[in-house]
Amino acid sequence: MNFMMIAVAVLGVIGLVAALVLYVCSKKFAVYEDPRISQVAALLPGANCGGCGFAGCSALAEALVKGADAGSLDGISCPVGGQEVMGKVADLLGMAIANGDPMVAVVRCGGTCELRQKVVSYDGLRSCAAMNACGAGETGCGFGCLGCGDCVSACQFDAIHMNPETGLPEVDEDRCTACGACAKACPRHVIELRKKGVKGRRVYVECVNKDKGAVAMKACKAACIGCGKCAKECPFGAITVENNVSYIDYTKCRLCRKCMAVCPTHAIKAVNFPAPKPKAEVQTEATPSAVKPAAQPKASTTTKQEEEQA
Amino acid sequence: MGKLIVSLSPHAHGTDTVERNMYGVIIALLPALVASFWFFGIGSVIVTATSVAACVLFEWAINKYMLRNERTTVCDGSAVLTGLLLAFNLPSNLPLWIIIIGALFAIGFAKMPFGGLGNNLFNPALVGRAALLVAFPAQMTTWPKVGQTFAYLDAETGATPLSIMKQAIKSGDASVLDRLPDSLSLFLGNHPDGAGAMGEICALALLLGLAYMLWKKIITWHIPVSIIVTVFVLAGLMHVVNPVYADPVSVVLSGGLMLGAIFMATDYVTSPMTHRGQLIYGVAIGALTVIIRNWGAYPEGMSFAILIMNAFTPLINNYVKPKRFGEVAK
Amino acid sequence: MKIRTFSIGGIHPEENKLSNDAATQVAALPVQAIFPLSQHIGAPAKPVVAKGDKVKVGTMIAEAGGFVSAPIYSSVSGTVLKIDTAVDATGYRKPAIIINVDGDEWEKSIDRSNKLETVEEHPELTPEEIVNRIKVAGVTGMGGAGFPTFIKLCPPPTAKAECVIINAVECEPYITADYRLMLEKSDEILVGLELLMKAAKVTRGYIGIETNKPQAIELLADKCAKKFGGSAYEVEVVPLKQRYPQGGEKQLVDAVINRQVPAPPAIPVNVGAIVQNVGTAFAVYEAVMKHKPLFERYTTVTGKKLRQPGNYLVRMGTPMKDLIAVCGGMPEEDSKVLAGGPMMGKALTSTDVPVCKGTNSVTILSGEDAVRKEPQPCIRCAKCVSACPMGLEPYLLAKLSAVSNWERCESEDIVSCIECGSCQFTCPAHRPLLDNIRLGKQTVMGIIRSRQAKK
Repeated sequence: MNFMMIAVAVLGVIGLVAALVLYVCSKKFAVYEDPRISQVAALLPGANCGGCGFAGCSALAEALVKGADAGSLDGISCPVGGQEVMGKVADLLGMAIANGDPMVAVVRCGGTCELRQKVVSYDGLRSCAAMNACGAGETGCGFGCLGCGDCVSACQFDAIHMNPETGLPEVDEDRCTACGACAKACPRHVIELRKKGVKGRRVYVECVNKDKGAVAMKACKAACIGCGKCAKECPFGAITVENNVSYIDYTKCRLCRKCMAVCPTHAIKAVNFPAPKPKAEVQTEATPSAVKPAAQPKASTTTKQEEEQA
Repeated sequence: MGKLIVSLSPHAHGTDTVERNMYGVIIALLPALVASFWFFGIGSVIVTATSVAACVLFEWAINKYMLRNERTTVCDGSAVLTGLLLAFNLPSNLPLWIIIIGALFAIGFAKMPFGGLGNNLFNPALVGRAALLVAFPAQMTTWPKVGQTFAYLDAETGATPLSIMKQAIKSGDASVLDRLPDSLSLFLGNHPDGAGAMGEICALALLLGLAYMLWKKIITWHIPVSIIVTVFVLAGLMHVVNPVYADPVSVVLSGGLMLGAIFMATDYVTSPMTHRGQLIYGVAIGALTVIIRNWGAYPEGMSFAILIMNAFTPLINNYVKPKRFGEVAK
Repeated sequence: MKIRTFSIGGIHPEENKLSNDAATQVAALPVQAIFPLSQHIGAPAKPVVAKGDKVKVGTMIAEAGGFVSAPIYSSVSGTVLKIDTAVDATGYRKPAIIINVDGDEWEKSIDRSNKLETVEEHPELTPEEIVNRIKVAGVTGMGGAGFPTFIKLCPPPTAKAECVIINAVECEPYITADYRLMLEKSDEILVGLELLMKAAKVTRGYIGIETNKPQAIELLADKCAKKFGGSAYEVEVVPLKQRYPQGGEKQLVDAVINRQVPAPPAIPVNVGAIVQNVGTAFAVYEAVMKHKPLFERYTTVTGKKLRQPGNYLVRMGTPMKDLIAVCGGMPEEDSKVLAGGPMMGKALTSTDVPVCKGTNSVTILSGEDAVRKEPQPCIRCAKCVSACPMGLEPYLLAKLSAVSNWERCESEDIVSCIECGSCQFTCPAHRPLLDNIRLGKQTVMGIIRSRQAKK
């Protein structure tokens, strides 16, 4: 019994001494951290993806608190958490934030295995960066997707996958957080972050080939030849043609799709629009179906105007 | 006309392959294998065959059923090599089930969980041996005598040179060392009362293997020479100071030193990547071996010395860098 | 006498000098000549001709685009078809001048005689005049890299040149252009060396030749003794051990004068040496003495499956397919067509690519030689470490590049890598070491540049 008492007493004393030492240390060597930083960090998604441009969520939290003290949260935001999270953070810090539109990654290349034939065979490290350093790739197009999947490896949200049939990556827009990792990983800058659009609808040019039209067409049947018809057709001035390739400015695009109708190579793509009605019925329903697309842009324009006024 | 192939330079490759290196080491082990069959007879054949078969089987099974790899790595020769080296560390009267457990430890514990060939931290054969030594100390420390061609489990066991040396140290009586076989017998392995592990018995066979590996550029001289020289020098110093410690020639030729220095410590994956690092590694192994042999509980220190230094290899790799071209002397 | 060589690493690939004994032939003129504007290190040249202009052989068609740049001269006479993009050795379409060939009319200013001009006969050739003629003629490094020669002859103020080393090593397998040049134009090469020494204001010269070219060593040693014996110049022919990359600038300087060039940004002239390829020495002779700008060069066309490998004097702008056709046409099997040798050459995506200033060889690898084996995991054998001539650890650099650890790549001296490929050649596991290291090196160099730009 005696032994047990002594053992308990000794251990108890050791424990008390250790606790005292720890307490003193925690007080004496304490580092003051603004409590708001951990509060903000708790609101953030915690994925540490780096999409904000900072080294992880706690670094972003620090930057946000610093920004709040400096007076503005501009340029410091979490693309993954989006409006929802940033709204809560802003409320916590007593700040207001500008409304941003949700963005999504867009793969601007339509050169599938079928449309863009291989001219050489690449043998080596299966990485887009390596193939890019080796030459134009396996096809005649020196600007398009290389198909080795550096973007897929870069994505931390499992939101982009290679389609083995087409040889191009496909973005899962529900999972995409627009962190920009895939866009940075692509050595050809094929992937761009664009506005997700109302009802997820967006229109973009699925080509970044800067070669002259004839050369581009020889390499890929879905290439943009820089003919400029789309730019002439666009009623909103959203399209520019530079370096033999067309580009649609997503801040100006009203999703009318007039450009799509005139593109000779079908290089312009529209996502998440309802399928067009079958040809036979188009004659009778010409007006309603013609009105519908027109109505939508109007609706989105008004919504935008409302937003801007808010 | 065929199609054009493109890739980044270089577009040429030498004739070296992983298989060439692994099978080269196996060929270098053949003299020692022949010596072990000669000196230990049927027991040695059984133990070697079981060890190799078990290692190959475990690697194949783990690859196929646990890792679900499409291609198995058993054909690159490293599993066979591990099996051979493990067998060479064992007494020739070891029961089959113990050998199989050793193989399981070597492949399933020390090699595959780390990521297979190229990723293991510790030498798999030595981990197998160390695990068996700790789990089955009695069976692993009784060594059959040479010359019993048809004995297996019932082989007569005897004192190994190292156990004689240990006794001399423990008793403080240098005359015990008179029982040691003479150097030539240690070198050739043919002393009538000689005993030991299967692969260690004939130093000549091991040296032939070393010569082959150096000729085929499979290994360089740095590790074997640094280990043997260190052990020779330290043992020599200790022998001069106190004759109870055996003479350096006997120390170098006894036990697993030659086998360890030539085949175990030179394992690619677990040894340092620079020549300077390899020299440091070798000297440390030599020193540790002498320390464990003389002051440790076990008569043999080589396997533990190598395993300890395996743990230091990443540290050596981090701090010992090759001399850079054009390095400006600071 | 011990044969000199460089101190660290190196490998010994198969020689395959199939065209060693093929005397140089003059290649036929092409039907259409393509001149990419970027054939050298530095800013691309700027066109000075337009569509429809008539040009002669030796007419300037593009002027230097900056200080580190070189002009381009037409190698054919004819009419400029267009200034457009064309696929070059990089695999990409780059701006190029395309000329339809018509006849073979040369500019009158070019001296086409065979008379050997010597420096003694031309006292007007001051060092500055020599450098200027080299600059105007657009002479760039003929060993493959293409650095504008005149810049090398004007070292920065912090460095003082002590000698000129002629790189006649030709350590890459298959290539024999420099060897044939030495056998056929030895006198001109030595005058070229003299011009280089005069321009660099040095009196010591070396010619480094690998021991697999005994005829060239004997011939040049003999001629050197006759020409420079008793003169103000000390010129030595140095036989070098047959080892790759003996012809690498830094390795050559180490082997010949036993000095190691420190890590970048140091260059050979920082240890007193100016290195020039033997083809460049010949081009310097022609430029300075014959007023002939750089528009043709000695090129080897070779390959095991080629019916007739040979050495050719080729006008730049000739598409590779013309040369390949003369040698028997492309082989039946899948092949790699390399501009350069198998160790550092660039694989071409098309045989329409033209011969440029740095094209020392067209090498065709076929069948098994053209494909890589499947890579296996690294077995940590450290053979790559032994092979690296710069004392680096390729296995580590490749791994760090693959995981994008740029900080550590920089501290492990990845920028010192000369991309010789010895590591990948040696690796028993057939790992694509240089593919990874090259990407890492480019990224780290970009990081260093942006860091310096911020300062």
